[in-house]
Amino acid sequence: MMGVRFILVMPAVMVYQFSLYEGGMNMDGNQISRWDELIRPGMVHGSLYSDEAIFKEEVEKIWFTTWVYIGHESEVPEKNDFVTKSLGPMPVLMARDSNGKIQLLLNRCPHRGNAVCVQEKGNRARFTCPYHSWTFSNTGDLINYAFPEGYKGVDKSKLGLGKVARVASYRGFVFGSMAAEGPTLEEHLGGAVRTIDQLCDNSPTGEIEINAGYLKHRTRANWKFILENECDGYHPAFVHSSIFSVSSSAIGDLYGDKAVAVTRAFGNGHTEVDPRPEFRRRDAPMSWFGTTSERLPEYTKQMNEAYGDKRAREIMIDGTPHVMIFPNLFIAEIQLFVIQPISVNESIQHSTAIQFKGAPDINRRLRQQTMGSVGPAGFLLADDTEMYERNQRGLEIREPEYLFLKRGEHRERRDEDGYLIGHSTDDLPSREIWKHYRSMMEAT
Amino acid sequence: MTTDVQENEGPDILKEWVGKARVYEKTFNPELYHEVQQFIFREARLQDIHDYDAWEALWTDDALYWVPANGTDTDPERQMSLIYDNRSRVALRIRQLKTGRRHSQTPPSQLARVISNFEFLTSSNDDIKVMCNAQIFETNLRGDTMWAARNEYTLRRIDGVLRMAYKKVVLINNNKAIYTLSFLV
Repeated sequence: MMGVRFILVMPAVMVYQFSLYEGGMNMDGNQISRWDELIRPGMVHGSLYSDEAIFKEEVEKIWFTTWVYIGHESEVPEKNDFVTKSLGPMPVLMARDSNGKIQLLLNRCPHRGNAVCVQEKGNRARFTCPYHSWTFSNTGDLINYAFPEGYKGVDKSKLGLGKVARVASYRGFVFGSMAAEGPTLEEHLGGAVRTIDQLCDNSPTGEIEINAGYLKHRTRANWKFILENECDGYHPAFVHSSIFSVSSSAIGDLYGDKAVAVTRAFGNGHTEVDPRPEFRRRDAPMSWFGTTSERLPEYTKQMNEAYGDKRAREIMIDGTPHVMIFPNLFIAEIQLFVIQPISVNESIQHSTAIQFKGAPDINRRLRQQTMGSVGPAGFLLADDTEMYERNQRGLEIREPEYLFLKRGEHRERRDEDGYLIGHSTDDLPSREIWKHYRSMMEAT
Repeated sequence: MTTDVQENEGPDILKEWVGKARVYEKTFNPELYHEVQQFIFREARLQDIHDYDAWEALWTDDALYWVPANGTDTDPERQMSLIYDNRSRVALRIRQLKTGRRHSQTPPSQLARVISNFEFLTSSNDDIKVMCNAQIFETNLRGDTMWAARNEYTLRRIDGVLRMAYKKVVLINNNKAIYTLSFLV
């Protein structure tokens, strides 16, 4: 009740002469940003999830600016493999060219805009537009057009496919940025690289693979509801109580009031739920996966051989991360999600099982658990998605205008690395996401 | 036999979606046809009215309930499926629905499905293999959704009664992004 009363009081103390879209003046006559009103400490305005103009602005200032996760190198293992991925609402062809280099090509013929490839994936060194037979290499160069005598004096080298301006990988994870300049991928990931390292360390070969195909879950909600939910440890006890109550899942224990797991913000909008304190307390390898080393003898043997018994044991106690890398890569222990915005109130969640390269006895279990949990029919994600869609519809209701994200504000603290941490059920991840979001939207 | 296979031959892109060639039964047994149709109509009704226990009781102990993604004849042991349930996971799915806290089914979807185009496949043992099409109208809090599928069943007679050993539901749009599918399809 306290919280509700507080929300109702806030508008009464507003002293701004203000338009949400233009910014305005405060009482001292100083120019204030409209973002001061849209994003207040621990409170965000509902229009951020429902205003089409804001969505269009996000596409430019976030999706076509920052580093966006595209796909994993293992999705195109052979030379000339390609697969259709996305960067924000826009499709992107991720190809491995004939030199083995990853290319991110834009599937739009420079002639009249036709798609040069309509297949989801395949293996080919060239793409021919079916409209007038312009042919491109998988490095994007225009090789040939039909009836070339009609193009006398034309510089073919200027008529290649568009490309994602910058491409970079970290441990097989391929990111793209439409901005020619800006922070490097390493700078963007910052402290969140620890989580990718932690994931890869769980593979005896140090490599993960993405090769089981994606479930594509259409969601009638703004992408940020999905983004914020991924490290929200407050909801599982309620949204997922149905499956927790009928299965032996131990996930519920990580998100109770008494949990010792923490939420952490790495900056740049990256957030995680870190259950390692709980797993270290249990001190049992593979407890994170709800099993024991003894039940995965081959995997355990491979891990011991790869890392030595001591280090392997540590890795198998800590398990894999639960991290949301802004704006679209969610590594959820054994699953990988890619969040794709389609429009202000439509998104797609792409989800698949993470596979540890060269570890077949654990991989089947990773797939089976993933199939049970995620996707349109999943025991977990169907209900998360139900919540996203109800959230979105709720915004059509006028009052209160702001969402309340202050849970745990009083107990935020810094960890030994200087990152903000909170209780696993706190709104800290949302607050830090919004802080970063604002900095991107305000940048000129 | 061979004509059935030939019917499906063509460039890969043309048969990519329909999957491997199936061999249809040439002889027609009207009594069996009627009995199988009534069984599947009843199964459809139990799904539409959310009679979870009665639907679960249709399954054999070696049940396999499969809803593939991204194609028709994918390898469910390698590739992600929307549903790939053995008997115990079917039971878990039902237990979750029965808690009343499966939010995506609270309130439950309102459903009506039409099943048609029954054709038997040849079977090398006493199991009965049948294909049919399903069209399902769903309305829920989000709105109205149409679903369409090609279904493949393996039915088995146990103590004189037909039971379901295998049900595969190939959604026509399973390579696209689809909305939540938490009713029994």
